[in-house]
This record gives sequence, structure tokens and C-alpha cells, in this order.
Amino acid sequence: MPDPAPTSPPLLEVRDLSKSFPGVRALRGVSLHLNRGEVLAVIGENGAGKSTLMKILAGVQTPDTGEILVEGAPVHIDSVNAAFNQGIVLIHQELNLADNLDIGANIFLGREPRRFGFIDKRTIYEKSRALLGRVGLDLSPRTLVSTLTIGRQQMVEIAKALSVNARVLIMDEPTSSLTQHETDQLYKVVRDLRSKGMSIVYISHRLSEVKELADRVVVLRDGQFAGHLSREQISHDTMVKLMVGRDLSQFYVRASHKPGRPVLEVDRLRTPQNPRHELSFTLRAGEIVGVAGLVGAGRTEMLQTLFGVSPAIGGSVRVDGVDVTPRLPIHAIRAGIALVPEDRKAQGLVLEMAVRENISLPSLRRTQRNGLLNFAAEKLTAGEMIQKLNVKTPSDRQIVQFLSGGNQQKVVIGKWLAMNPRVLLLDEPTRGIDIGAKREIYKLMEQLASTGVAVLFVSSDMEEVMGMSDRTLVMHEGRLKGELQRAELSEEAIMSLATGHERLLAVS
Amino acid sequence: MTQSQLPPSDPLPLSRALPENGAVRFSPTTLKVLGILGLLIAVCLVTGILNPVFFGKGNVLNLVRRTGLYGILGIGVAFVIITGGIDLSIGSVIALVGCLLPYLLMQRHWSVALTLSCLLPLSALLGLFHGVMITKMRLQPFVVTLCGLMIYRGFARGLLHDQTQGFQNEFAGMKEALTGDFLGVPMPFLLMVAIAIVAAVFLNRTIWGRYLLALVRNEQAARYSGINTDLMIIIAYVICSLLAGFGGILFMCDGNNGQPVDFGNVYELYAIAAAVLGGCSLKGGEGSILGVVIGTAVMRVIYNAINILDIPTQWEFAIIGGVLLAGVIADELAKRIRDKRRSARAAA
Repeated sequence: MPDPAPTSPPLLEVRDLSKSFPGVRALRGVSLHLNRGEVLAVIGENGAGKSTLMKILAGVQTPDTGEILVEGAPVHIDSVNAAFNQGIVLIHQELNLADNLDIGANIFLGREPRRFGFIDKRTIYEKSRALLGRVGLDLSPRTLVSTLTIGRQQMVEIAKALSVNARVLIMDEPTSSLTQHETDQLYKVVRDLRSKGMSIVYISHRLSEVKELADRVVVLRDGQFAGHLSREQISHDTMVKLMVGRDLSQFYVRASHKPGRPVLEVDRLRTPQNPRHELSFTLRAGEIVGVAGLVGAGRTEMLQTLFGVSPAIGGSVRVDGVDVTPRLPIHAIRAGIALVPEDRKAQGLVLEMAVRENISLPSLRRTQRNGLLNFAAEKLTAGEMIQKLNVKTPSDRQIVQFLSGGNQQKVVIGKWLAMNPRVLLLDEPTRGIDIGAKREIYKLMEQLASTGVAVLFVSSDMEEVMGMSDRTLVMHEGRLKGELQRAELSEEAIMSLATGHERLLAVS
Repeated sequence: MTQSQLPPSDPLPLSRALPENGAVRFSPTTLKVLGILGLLIAVCLVTGILNPVFFGKGNVLNLVRRTGLYGILGIGVAFVIITGGIDLSIGSVIALVGCLLPYLLMQRHWSVALTLSCLLPLSALLGLFHGVMITKMRLQPFVVTLCGLMIYRGFARGLLHDQTQGFQNEFAGMKEALTGDFLGVPMPFLLMVAIAIVAAVFLNRTIWGRYLLALVRNEQAARYSGINTDLMIIIAYVICSLLAGFGGILFMCDGNNGQPVDFGNVYELYAIAAAVLGGCSLKGGEGSILGVVIGTAVMRVIYNAINILDIPTQWEFAIIGGVLLAGVIADELAKRIRDKRRSARAAA
């Protein structure tokens, strides 16, 4: 199912694009095109290569091979400015505004109109006001960006793109941190821009939103072109099938669990980030519980407090009935709590160290002899974990940096498995890793649960939450908004709680 | 517990250094040490050929002695540098501790034992202060130790009224024990070797050394692995100041007297330069004690060469700075080539 050839030269076309990073082949021979005045959704699992593709188009990264054509003519996009000159602008997943400046200053940052060598503020504010009108933002251009919500900041980014006469707007997961209301507003702006002839590349893994907006869909999987859907073909099932490459039912490894006795009891826990809300729940042995919610709902903060990274300011954490409320990670670790953190490169791994040294890091204290390292024990544990988790590495001396994302994540999990945890906390355990490794991690979660470990995982991937959890806790703005049993799980039910609705929707 | 039934650890640690796949491939640290060793040999040969006096017994022994004295400072600051920090106060700690030594002995008539058992803990305490300010108050190492540089120098001068401090002809026994010769080898060098061995074992063979190496590369990941990262950083500063203070005692015994106003002045720069030359990246995370020792030797040989080759000593800093810069550039280039090869291998 190749990307169908357009009749006239498309506005933007890429041919046979490839890009590798140490240990990862992010893109392999991807081709696609974009017509004038259309919304092209590029979808795919985390790690499918969407973001890399967009960064190449926007001049943030250069491809190893392949070419980019604008209106049929090959162009060199080797810098963000070169992309600007072609009218291609990327709205980053993480917004790139200087929040100590006002809206006008941000829109014209680096391109300030001048008069007699001085910045011409009047022109800036006049033009900014007009641009803000086009994105439906009724604000003074003198407003400080730091006072704006994320949704509004995004509109400022779009206004900035309009100010450079963008013809192609690339939006990378634009709704990932927006409220429902802000999302609706964004849809409106996107439709409005399309009707005025703007072409939009819309990257998302939220399928409902793709259904809503896209004229066409291109699916990437493991860095390759996986398929193309025209407007009529777009449906939840067709998209999922292309993204995953198989039916979902085979993808999530699930046996039914008989939860044992309570292992982790969280009682009126208050995190430093959301001090006004109390969190209470219980985790039983052999249970897999998902935590859903929007970005910023306080899920990561909850895990960090459970693990002692940001100590609780109230409430208690008990493991097997013993109060262990941790003030440092070491307290949690001693109590048998392990955390696979959200950002494995920043928090999970010492990238410049070997696989062996990473795996052994938390268990050194156990195997030491009078403070001396026990190299034999270290090697043995590492070997055991590499085998058990099927870590693909030339040896246990390999520097972790050079492993693929999935294998890196296995190393993080391995270092905790070596500690035989009672409670395993996982924060976005499969973010940015390939399908194969994902499946292995699901299998592992399942295995651990079957041996009586209580598993609590945070995920923004709806499919994953629904596929893996026995129960799902849903958070909204720092609060536990509700709990859904496996039978009650649906995307609608989760989203309803995640966006702040108290009442559970009836499940059909 | 499976761990408790493990076979005893490798009795011959050296065998660990052999790559397991049979290929001969040196680790980056080994390469670095070999590189700096090559530089040392080259500088020695050139100097020796230009002026054979260089290889005379007296000159060599003097070099060995100087390398020992400065090497102790270099090892200390290496601990701080691998944590990504810096200690600018070393010279002032040397001045304070070094000048207090004869003052307490000669003018206050304290016993040697009492004096030393006060001055060494005082040095450690200064390091503790740096470490606490840096970890708990979250001040920058540069700022904290810059303040230390000024404060301790000021204390040394103020407390001692800028008077020259010295032993005159007394305390020969202590001086002989600390800075004399033992079997023909200068004591400072032997002391440095002992300290280097302890430091290397600490860094490479103990869990705290491993913690230190982990936290300097990624403090967050270390914290998330249950390591008390603040404590480890504090320990690094304590080690640095303790060795600086010990160095101050040795320098004073070696020189017999000194003035608070310039005793130990800019020695922190020699120490930092030696550590950087020896392979401690100022970004933290790398370094080998042997490299620091050889780095110190290179610095001393260059200094010595300037003297015996009749180069005007005013050029000393320019030459040392140039060598340091060249060394750091070579190191960076080597690292880039390595990384490139590595990613090429990984992508293949």
C-alpha cells in the first residue's frame, strides 16, 4: 500500500529518507507527499520515527540519505532557517518560547523589525495583534508568555509560524498537554488554516483526534513506511492494525490475575507538587494496575513520592503493613519498591557506563564485602538479567548509550529485577521503544505479576492501559479521579475521568 | 538469596583488564594514560638531549620529590573534578595549614602529635564546609571555593600578622620523616604513591568509588538507584581539602619556612592543570589516578626544563598553558574519533 502518486507536483515531497542514530535506525527509506490545503496525519507508535521525520523536514536534523522536494524541485534543508525559507515550520512537542518575554517579542524573536537601528515595537505589536486574531487568541501582544496556559502558548507558536509566511505547518503531538477545551480550539484553528490553503502535517498517536482532523493518514512503524489511508479508509481499527502490524488481541500478553493480599497501601499521601490533594489506594500482590491521565495530571509526581525521590509532605506508604513512607529512594528500595522512571536516559541509566555496571548499581550494597566491589557477583547478576530479559548487547561490558531504546529500558528493568522487588512502579515503560521490545516488556510485567509482584504503571498510551491493566486509576490535576475495573475500561471512560468529569460513563 | 552463594571474587584483579572477546582493545582511560605517558617521555628525552644535566641524579631526585608534593594536590583535586566540580581554595588551604604548622609548634609550643591531629581535621572540615555549601545550599563549586580561596588566605595572613613562619633548625625529626629520603627515595614521592594507591583502590574497587563514578556521569540516575549523591560529593571535597592540608604540611617541612601572603599561591592551578592533563575532564566523570600522577610529572618536568634550558622563567605559564591546551585538544579529538567509530559500528 504505497503512498499514492499525486497528479501534479505536490507542495512537499520526501523520497527514500533514512536516518540513523547510535544504536537506532530511526528512519529507513520513508517516502511521502503533502498536498496544498490538506491535513496529513502521520501516526505510529512511540519510536516509529515520526518525530525524526518531522525534525528533518524542519531542518533540525539532516537525513543520512534521501531527498526533499518542494513543488517538484529538490531542496536542501540543512538548518531551521533553510526550512523557514521554504515555508516549513515545526511546532515542537516541547514549546520553544522565551517565557520571560511578551507575546510580540516572541513572535518576532530574531527577526525584529527595526527603525533607525532600534527595535520597532509599534510594528511588532500591530502585526502581532493581527496574527493573534488569525489564531483566535484575544490577548494583548504585550502579555508575558509565562502567564499563558500551554494551550495559549501553542497558539502563539502558530502565530509565530504564520508570521514567517509558513506554507507547511508541522505539529508534533500538539494536544499532548492540552485540556479538552483547548484541544477543541486547536481543531478550530487547524481547520481554519486548512481552508485558507495551509498544509498541515499532524503527528499524533491519539487516534480519535486523527479521525477528527485528517484528510489522509500515513502510518510509520519501526522507522519504515507501514501504510497509507485515504479519508474514507480512516477508522480506529485500520489505523491500529497498521501501527501495530497485527491484531491488538495478540499484542498484549494477559492472563487473568487473582490478586493476593495487599502489598502496597497508600494512605492520604500528599505530594510536594500537589499538596492539596490526598491520594489513597491499595495495590495487591500479583496485580497490574494502570494509572491514566493527561500529561501534568500528577502521575509521575505520585510515583516519585512513592519512591522517595520527592518525599511526601503528608500521609503514609505501607508495604506489607509496615510504614515505609520514604524520604529517600534508598528507603523505598529497602522496602522492596522499585521505580522504572519516565526518562530512562536522564533518570534510569548512567549512559556512559557499561550494561553490567548499570544493572548492578542498586545491588552493589548487597553484594559488597567490607565496602569492596564484588566483581564476580556483579558479572553473574548482569549475565542473569541479560539472559532473562533478552537484552540484545554484544557483551555486558557494552556502554549502555549504544544500545537501542528498548534494550536500554530492559537494562533499567533488569537493575531492579536483580533486587527482587515487592512493588514495581513503571513510568511510561514503553515510551520510545520499538514494537518487539514493547511486547517483551508487557510479557515481563505479566510474568512478574504472576510471581506475586504488585505492578503499578503510568502510561499515556491508551491502548497500553486498556491492554495491560487489571484495574486503572485515573488522575486529573493532582487528584485520583476514579478507578475503572477491567470490564469497565474504554477510551471514553478513561478520557472522561482524565478530563475531570466525576461521573463514570455507562459502559456499553 | 542467590547472591550469598556466589563464588569468591576474582583473586587476580588484573585478569579483568583483559577483554573478554579476545580482541586487544584498550579502554579510553588506558589510552589516555598511555598518551600522557608518551608526552612525559618525549618531554624528558628532548630536555635531556638538549641538556644532559637533566638526567643527573640530583635533578631526577628533585623532580621525583616535586612530583610527589604536587601529585598529592593533584590526586585530591581529581576527586572534585570528576564530580564535575572545582576547588580553587587549595593554595589557600596550603597557606593556612602550612603556616599554622610552624606557628603552633614554634610559638605556641604545641606538640607535633597535637598539632597534626588538629590541622588534618581542620583541613577535612574546610572540605566538609565546601561540600555542604555545594550540595545542601546548592551553591556553585566555583563560587564556594573562590570564597574559600580568599577567606583562608585572609585568615592565614590575619592570624599570623603576615609574619614569615618557619622551623629554623628545629623539628628536624618531623621534617626528615615527612620530607627526607627513605632508601634514597624522597619521602613525598613515597607518600604520594601510597595515597595514589589508596585513591585508586577507593575509586575502582569500592562501592563508594563506583557510586562516585556513577553520580558524576548522571547524578539523577544515581539518586534514582538509591545512592546518597550529596554525601558522595561532600566526601570528594573532604578528600580534596584533606590532601591540600596534608600537602601544605609537606610543603612547609620541605621549604622550612613560608610567608602567609604567598605560600602555596596558585598551587590550585598546578593541581587542576595536572589533573586535567592526566585525563580528568572538567565536565566530570573521567579520570584515572595514574594519569593525574603522570600529569603532575609532566608539569614538573616542563617547569624543570624551563630552568635548565635557560628559558626565561617569565615564559613558564605560557608554556604550561600551551601544553595543557594541546593536551586537552588532543584528548577531545581522540574522543570524537572514538565516538564516530562507535556509532558507525552500532549502526552497522
